[in-house]
Amino acid sequence: MNIIISNSSQDPIYQQIVIQIKTAIMNEELSRGDALPSIRSLAKELLISVITTKRAYEELEREGFIETVPGKGSYVSGQNKDLIREKRLATIEKKLTEVITDSKLLNLSLEDLQNILRLLYTE
Amino acid sequence: MDNILELKNLKKSYKDFTLDNLTFNLKRGSVMGFIGPNGSGKSTTIKLIMNLIKKDSGAINVFGLESPKHDKEIKQRIGFVYDENYFYEELNIMEMKNILQPFYKNWNDTVFEKYIKEFELPKKNKIKNLSKGMKMKFSLAIALCHNAELIIMDEPTSGLDPVFRSELLDILYNIIQDENVSILFSTHITTDLEKIADYITFINKGKLVFSKTKDEIIENYALVKGSKDLLDNNTRGEFVSIKETSFGFVALTKDIIKARKIFKGNCIIEKASLEDIMVYTVRGNV
Repeated sequence: MNIIISNSSQDPIYQQIVIQIKTAIMNEELSRGDALPSIRSLAKELLISVITTKRAYEELEREGFIETVPGKGSYVSGQNKDLIREKRLATIEKKLTEVITDSKLLNLSLEDLQNILRLLYTE
Repeated sequence: MDNILELKNLKKSYKDFTLDNLTFNLKRGSVMGFIGPNGSGKSTTIKLIMNLIKKDSGAINVFGLESPKHDKEIKQRIGFVYDENYFYEELNIMEMKNILQPFYKNWNDTVFEKYIKEFELPKKNKIKNLSKGMKMKFSLAIALCHNAELIIMDEPTSGLDPVFRSELLDILYNIIQDENVSILFSTHITTDLEKIADYITFINKGKLVFSKTKDEIIENYALVKGSKDLLDNNTRGEFVSIKETSFGFVALTKDIIKARKIFKGNCIIEKASLEDIMVYTVRGNV
């Protein structure tokens, strides 16, 4: 997993970390049960403060992406319905984009495509 | 989380200067940057914490213990690093260590040797022949090898090059992997604090300006840059202070969200560095 911080971004640093870890989880770079670096070692690696890393992890936990076990550390959590939904939506969008590309090659219009979709949906 | 250091309404008067009602806390396991212009009272505050001078009134608690009442116990648990070192220049590192070691109950020679090796300090050279950076590292080694829970650093990096300061930052990051260690770091070199500090306490002319989390400060303060015709009695009131030139103005605001609303696209709004915040705040005489 890579975490690259921009000092000139409008997004606060903790927010950048949250987004990048979420992305890593969605891309399956991180899997359920994977351990995240400790807040202190992450602060050291990124040259930021412990409060910042702590805030990022607290937000990730609030949103259900990770779980923190006191005394042990933080782990990617298994159960986030929104997360799974988001992941699946992303897959659908990806597949639809493929379909659209293929359709355009065949000179199918949007209307043609919608007709096909309607037929299949009601089957 | 408890407070490892508590200052409450601390007061100390001199003929030309008064430290006035200073109140702030340092949470256990955190790093606090202590900033302020020369003569603002930073060194006075640190001397009071270290019981090198007597307070006029107010309370100082270190590790939950009253100072100066529990002075000896407190000092056992503090490691301090000063700008000017207090070593005997004619001695070498090992001789100096032997003088200091008996003062500390929890002295750990193994840890000391580890740091001497890590910092590559020459054991046999006289202290007066060590470079400034080496002397600082030696101070740090002494501060770290008696299990200190609070490290107080008073301008430890003044006069030291950026490469050295980057090394020191790495060392500090390693130290804080232990969540029991807290650091109070007084410095003019705010770029280091922008990285590692959890909290920033800013004093000016003996008074507290603020003591907040660094993130809160960096996220809310901003520099607003625009043309002078945007300044009127209303807009001027929005700023901590304004610098006007022949070509426009630069001003510091405490509230970036409000500034964005007021100046919608008319101005450039940028993050303010700790240095900017300090300079503009002192200029605004807050």
